[in-house]
Amino acid sequence: MDYINIFIKSIFVDNMIFAFFLGMCSYLAVSKTVKTSAGLGIAVTFVLLITVPINYLLNKYFLAEGALAWISPSLADVDLSFLSLIMFIAVIAAIVQMVEMVVEKFSPALYNSLGIFLPLIAVNCAVMSGSLFMQERGYANIGEASVFALGSGIGWFLAIVAIAAIREKLRYSHIPPALRGVGITFIITGLMGLAFMSFMGFKL
Amino acid sequence: MKNFDLIKLPFSKENPILVQVLGVCSCLAVTAQLKPAVVMALSVTVVVVLANVIVSLLRNTIPPRIRIIVQLVVVSTLVVLVDQVLKAYVYDVSKQLSVFVGLIITNCIVMGRLEAFAMVQKPWASFLDGLGNGIGYSVILIVLGFVRELFGSGTLWGYPVMEKLGLYSIGYENNGLMIMPPMALILVGLIIWWHRSKNKDLCE
Repeated sequence: MDYINIFIKSIFVDNMIFAFFLGMCSYLAVSKTVKTSAGLGIAVTFVLLITVPINYLLNKYFLAEGALAWISPSLADVDLSFLSLIMFIAVIAAIVQMVEMVVEKFSPALYNSLGIFLPLIAVNCAVMSGSLFMQERGYANIGEASVFALGSGIGWFLAIVAIAAIREKLRYSHIPPALRGVGITFIITGLMGLAFMSFMGFKL
Repeated sequence: MKNFDLIKLPFSKENPILVQVLGVCSCLAVTAQLKPAVVMALSVTVVVVLANVIVSLLRNTIPPRIRIIVQLVVVSTLVVLVDQVLKAYVYDVSKQLSVFVGLIITNCIVMGRLEAFAMVQKPWASFLDGLGNGIGYSVILIVLGFVRELFGSGTLWGYPVMEKLGLYSIGYENNGLMIMPPMALILVGLIIWWHRSKNKDLCE
């Protein structure tokens, strides 16, 4: 697999929201205006781009079956992959905390615009699933894993900005009262998912 | 609040999926068939009940500043246990659920109940609250799994219902759209519509 292919595939074909419904909670809660949703989208992309390569190295050199062989040959048949869930979430929570502190120190303006969303990203399923999919699909090297992370992040960003733009317009339409808000957002996301299904089997 | 309310409220008025809009990701992704939906519902219920009780027991010793990480450790330990049990006893379903077992860690229902309830309530009340929310979540999952498998592949729990009823011979066709991801979103949207038109006070 080459980089461009992975990149395009992770944005459109395997879109986190339209194909796997990951990160739906913040997607539904924060998509009321385009501005805030763009901020969250950027933050998620950023965190994905940092955590997936780190977890890739962790998986390759510590957790996968036989990964400990580089320390000493006697450890070659140790399989720690059952620990990967705990390790991944610990890395993600730690990185999110660190990113928060670094951003606060060096770019207070960005921190203020993202402030509330940054700590929430630790429990965003899109970030966790970035690492889990990376492990499951077995990318060949750290470059592929990073490209996959970047693509997934951009896909998530596109999806949340698109739904926020639609919801801004929806305010002026006549929707049955019981369907307003969450209900119609679900249905529209479903319709957008149908549109994104046309990318299935798309290859460069 | 009375103990009975703790179980009853999440069932309809405070349903985690329909009203609080939590834990949506997994609810959509695993419901193409009934069996994985039931397994997932059970796993989430077990995790949310146990996590609620454990965090409630620890609630006076957890420092507020690092509570998210403590909660994540408790939850991910439980999820690792569930994951290992599933791999041991229902391996095929565990393969089907793939990353979504791991994603129970970031399931918003679990984190949401810990934050909102278990951190401030006694263990017994937390147990009931976890049970109520787990059941409220399970009901939606099972309904979705039932409808999608019945109309999407014409089977229930792998049993060919539609074929036994002889519907294919009179020209019935499976609706392939039902097993596609977008249809899950639209179905949840419709359930929310129905639910809110029954409970007018929930309308936005």
